[in-house]
Amino acid sequence: MTGEVAVLGAGMHPWGKWGRGFVEYGVVAARAALADAGLDWRDIGSVVGADTVRGGYPGYVAGATFAKALGWQGARVTSVYAACASGAQAVDTARAQILSGRVDVVLVVGADAAPKGFFRPAGGERPEDPDWLRFRVLGATNPTYFGLYARRRMAVHGDSPEDFAQVKVKNAAMGALNPYARYRKRVTAEEVAASAVVADPLRLLDICATSDGGAAVVLSSMEFAHRHGVAEPVRIRAVSTVTPRYPNTVLDLPDIATDSAVAVEPATETFRTSLTRAAYEEAGVGPEDLSLAEVYDLSTALELQWYEDLGLCGEGEGVKLLREGATAPGGRIPVNTSGGLASFGEAVPAQAIAQVCELTWQLRGVAGDRQVEGARAGITANQGLFGHGSAVIAVR
Amino acid sequence: MVTGWFTGDGEDFRLLGTRCRACASVFFPREDIHCRNPGCAGGPLEEVPLSRRGRVWSYTDARYRPPSPYVTDPELPWEPYALIAVELAAERMVVLGQAVPGVTVADLTVGMEVEAVPGVLHEDAERTWTTWQWRPTGVTA
Repeated sequence: MTGEVAVLGAGMHPWGKWGRGFVEYGVVAARAALADAGLDWRDIGSVVGADTVRGGYPGYVAGATFAKALGWQGARVTSVYAACASGAQAVDTARAQILSGRVDVVLVVGADAAPKGFFRPAGGERPEDPDWLRFRVLGATNPTYFGLYARRRMAVHGDSPEDFAQVKVKNAAMGALNPYARYRKRVTAEEVAASAVVADPLRLLDICATSDGGAAVVLSSMEFAHRHGVAEPVRIRAVSTVTPRYPNTVLDLPDIATDSAVAVEPATETFRTSLTRAAYEEAGVGPEDLSLAEVYDLSTALELQWYEDLGLCGEGEGVKLLREGATAPGGRIPVNTSGGLASFGEAVPAQAIAQVCELTWQLRGVAGDRQVEGARAGITANQGLFGHGSAVIAVR
Repeated sequence: MVTGWFTGDGEDFRLLGTRCRACASVFFPREDIHCRNPGCAGGPLEEVPLSRRGRVWSYTDARYRPPSPYVTDPELPWEPYALIAVELAAERMVVLGQAVPGVTVADLTVGMEVEAVPGVLHEDAERTWTTWQWRPTGVTA
């Protein structure tokens, strides 16, 4: 495979509500990834930062902010914003730099200090911004969309709130084993059912929290990895960042309406399915080859949707797959072994990188009590505002 | 704020979108710059009223007060409202909106018929902000 890059190092700052600045989280994660790679910061030829919009000006230029904090050393610098897919686009940018031969080794960093409660758009009167409009005109928060998808699954596929709760039970059990997770406590179905409704039919424990956190990876060319004495590194074999296709007929954040399908017949696959298919095609692997998957469980119901969009089961069969235990530890394809966003919460620019960290540790066989035995291939999947999304496939 | 998104009163109330004269694609909220169909060379966009009635694609509610820029009075207790995503058959699209006050998720089912009616988003001493709301066609109040 000519398209592969090596993951030499992975690192995180523990997630939580620490009340400190995002730069600190990013630097801790970066230093951990560098140490894991056995590299000095001055060995790094390029730094790519995933931007946070909440950090103000330094957050918008995250690459330079982290580079300055680590100590200016003359590396190339890039800053990337792609909403929830920022981290994956940062990984993709680093990969492109390596595959083009411009640099040997790249540090990718994302970190955030998220506010409590609902995410909200930037301030001011901005009626040209769809994200501003959905809040102003409808009061439609992110959980509004999660609730709509969940209710739709109940109506179309017969899913129940009890099924949704089982996703939380599974992910919390895995998060309890992850030292970087914010929530490290098992949760019962009764506790989910007893939590307050946020957006019917979803309850507080069905929806991921906002968090502080940071994650980083060190990527290199395969040649550099071999020179560096790493004979069999975890390799990134695909990064998909495709956009939706018109007409996009699934109501998505932050849209008030879908595209009309009057003039053009919709594609047979949805946006999320196209994201994962592009990754499979690039990697030359299929769902049957996967050892594990890390998906954006922004809500419990959404994780079930990802099972189908990843091709782990047929349409409408997500609950069946869950009930069979296929996505639990020891199952055919464990999903969110890290504990997922259910256990981490959202630290937007960091979370897609954190997914790659989890794949790396699992594929190296160093994931401790949550290790998937003999893991050989894994996929990440995420989706963010404005038609952003990504899927990363890593192999050993 | 949302100039030209709806018009009329009572039975004549309609959401307003735009339609590409070249390919017939319909847009809501209105697209006035250029047609977003990637296979269309682009044509003039003309204002078009949307179907008044549609069927519930999905629904949810807001049990917690949304953040700004949604405008609420923090002095008043929070009153949840329902949100309905409505499938318009003629336009083959789904449009999200608040339900009329008093309609809760318990009153709704996927597939139920609803209609667009004028409503009040909020009002203060100087001004009333009007909006569209979805109302089940079985409800007359």
